[in-house]
Amino acid sequence: MSTKVISLVSIGAHPSSGRTRRAEQDARAVELGLQLAGEHLQVVHAGDHREEALRAYLGMGLDHLDVLEQPAGADVLGVLGDYLRDAGAQLVLTGSQAETGEGSGMLPFLLAEQLGWPLIVGLAEVESIDNGTAQVLQALPRGQRRRLKVRLPLLATVDNAAPTPRQSAFGPARRGVLAAQDVAVVDDELLADAQLQPARPRPKRLKVIKAKSGADRMKAATAKASGGGGKVMKDVTAQEGADAIVKLLVEEGVLR
Amino acid sequence: MSDLIRRDPRVEWIARNRLHPLHAAMQTQQTSWMGPNGLMRKNTHAIAAGFMGPNGIKRIDRSGAQQGTAAGGRRSAAAEVQLPLHQVVDPAFYIAVVPDMVGGRLGAHDKDLLGLAHSLAGKDGAVLAIVFGEHKESAFDTAGVDRLLVIEGDAYKGYAPEQLVQGLRAVDNQFAPRHWLLPDSRAGGGELGRRLAAAMGERPATRVWQVKDEECIGRAGAGQQDLHRPLARLILASSECADPVSDTRHEALPVELSAPVARSLSRIEDLGSVAVDPAAIAMAEAEFIVSGGNGIKDWDLYHKATAALGATEGASRVAVDDGHMPRNRQVGATGTWVTARVYMAVGISGAIQHLQGIGACDKVIAVNMDPGCDMIKRADLSIIGDSTAILQALIEAVENFRSGGQRDAA
Repeated sequence: MSTKVISLVSIGAHPSSGRTRRAEQDARAVELGLQLAGEHLQVVHAGDHREEALRAYLGMGLDHLDVLEQPAGADVLGVLGDYLRDAGAQLVLTGSQAETGEGSGMLPFLLAEQLGWPLIVGLAEVESIDNGTAQVLQALPRGQRRRLKVRLPLLATVDNAAPTPRQSAFGPARRGVLAAQDVAVVDDELLADAQLQPARPRPKRLKVIKAKSGADRMKAATAKASGGGGKVMKDVTAQEGADAIVKLLVEEGVLR
Repeated sequence: MSDLIRRDPRVEWIARNRLHPLHAAMQTQQTSWMGPNGLMRKNTHAIAAGFMGPNGIKRIDRSGAQQGTAAGGRRSAAAEVQLPLHQVVDPAFYIAVVPDMVGGRLGAHDKDLLGLAHSLAGKDGAVLAIVFGEHKESAFDTAGVDRLLVIEGDAYKGYAPEQLVQGLRAVDNQFAPRHWLLPDSRAGGGELGRRLAAAMGERPATRVWQVKDEECIGRAGAGQQDLHRPLARLILASSECADPVSDTRHEALPVELSAPVARSLSRIEDLGSVAVDPAAIAMAEAEFIVSGGNGIKDWDLYHKATAALGATEGASRVAVDDGHMPRNRQVGATGTWVTARVYMAVGISGAIQHLQGIGACDKVIAVNMDPGCDMIKRADLSIIGDSTAILQALIEAVENFRSGGQRDAA
């Protein structure tokens, strides 16, 4: 396949210890890219090239990884957009949202807007690429899939429905090259008026019962789960019963 | 039964007519009266004679309250309480909400969002809900929608995110809402909100779980940190961001866009959904589950029926213990808590542990022999009958439906 594929990666944080690691979804983006383009996959990170966690991506079988030098708290949108436009990429893969910083998940949307490319959310599989269009499977909630046909160049985010990333091997991770590039720096003004704090546990929602009388409260406290007023079909033939079920299933749109 | 107290002229006529054979029975017995010396007298015999209660049991009421009610109809329980109507005649500003409408109805997440919108709107603002395409929701008024904008059209069918953004931008131009609220969900709201933010050039507040005093708090990064920031114009809120509206009724007045929405040139073509192996979908997130229990005699038929319906298989604990189904298919407190939109229980009577496991399900269908079991009290549609015959008929009905020759509903 001669399509140029680029994966954008970031530094992740372990969910419990907070240690830096390869980001889960970005690793899936790299995995998908490796499956599509093999060794021609180009991987880009905007940040600090001395970060050791980046080597975990190299350990997945990459020779080198381009790093656009950016200090912490910089707006990487512009430099990434310029980089992608100059690189002539056809398919750009990213994770859905970063594991550190704001993690708003806006970057792919803003990049697509800036480059004027179509964007697909939740890419699960690329079925075929030919003639400037890609036929892909998109992951939907509840394990469903949707087939889409998109014009290239294309920006796609992957989430947990994408293939599981391969393990990172230590030797290739050491041997790989982190190629730093000097680019312009734009400050992000977000943290001027917003601050990050350790996450507070969210208050658990209480079940408030608004009852006028004691009897109502008692009823609410002791009631069993019930739909209340469901339709009961007694003394019907199996035929009629099955028809009623099918009618409801079609109404709900689960019968395809 | 209506609450009106109706007169029965015939009974009144009998009570007046001393010659009528039923006259004595219609007389309200005087049980206490003032005697000639000013003493209160009581006819204890009349009291002890009692009257027949609603269950056919003789009751004696010494308070006297029940006397004379034989002729009048009994009043039924108090009617449903009408919530006060929250009216916004001339809205000073709008709070726009784009609910997910999974399955065409407002979900819990959508209702939380409308609650948040209602608190942001206060007295002067109006909550404007924007719904694309057809919907099945009938309770927009109690969910807190002041104005309802339904945008219909073929362009919005299927997966057309770019067209949806066009529609929302048209809404933005016409109504200029003070805030945009979208659910930060995988069901579409998260994506649409981010697309809208990118198109409008707004910086959204994402994964917001609390809005308080012109400040919003959202999760950041991988959920290890909170981001406190001033209230953004575009808010993507997570579920349980606020309490749903419960005290008021709203108008849900329909509004319309003044100009037609420009058709965007779609670069993404929707080729339709792909058949997924239902067995490969995790139980906890399957959309449609058919569970089998003790009432199933023919398990091969059950597997055939689930394959025909394209449903994920589930089981009650009895079926698993008896070895008919694997342990990872068990639904209930000790198995998987499922979130299916449609759950069909075949031959499951509904132990409380099982009912806990399907607490989050939207529509429940029960097929059972016993009309008094708990599952039927929970179910939205129950068929009383033999599971084997019904499953057999179901397979035929589905095949009929698939082949296009939909049998006219009985």
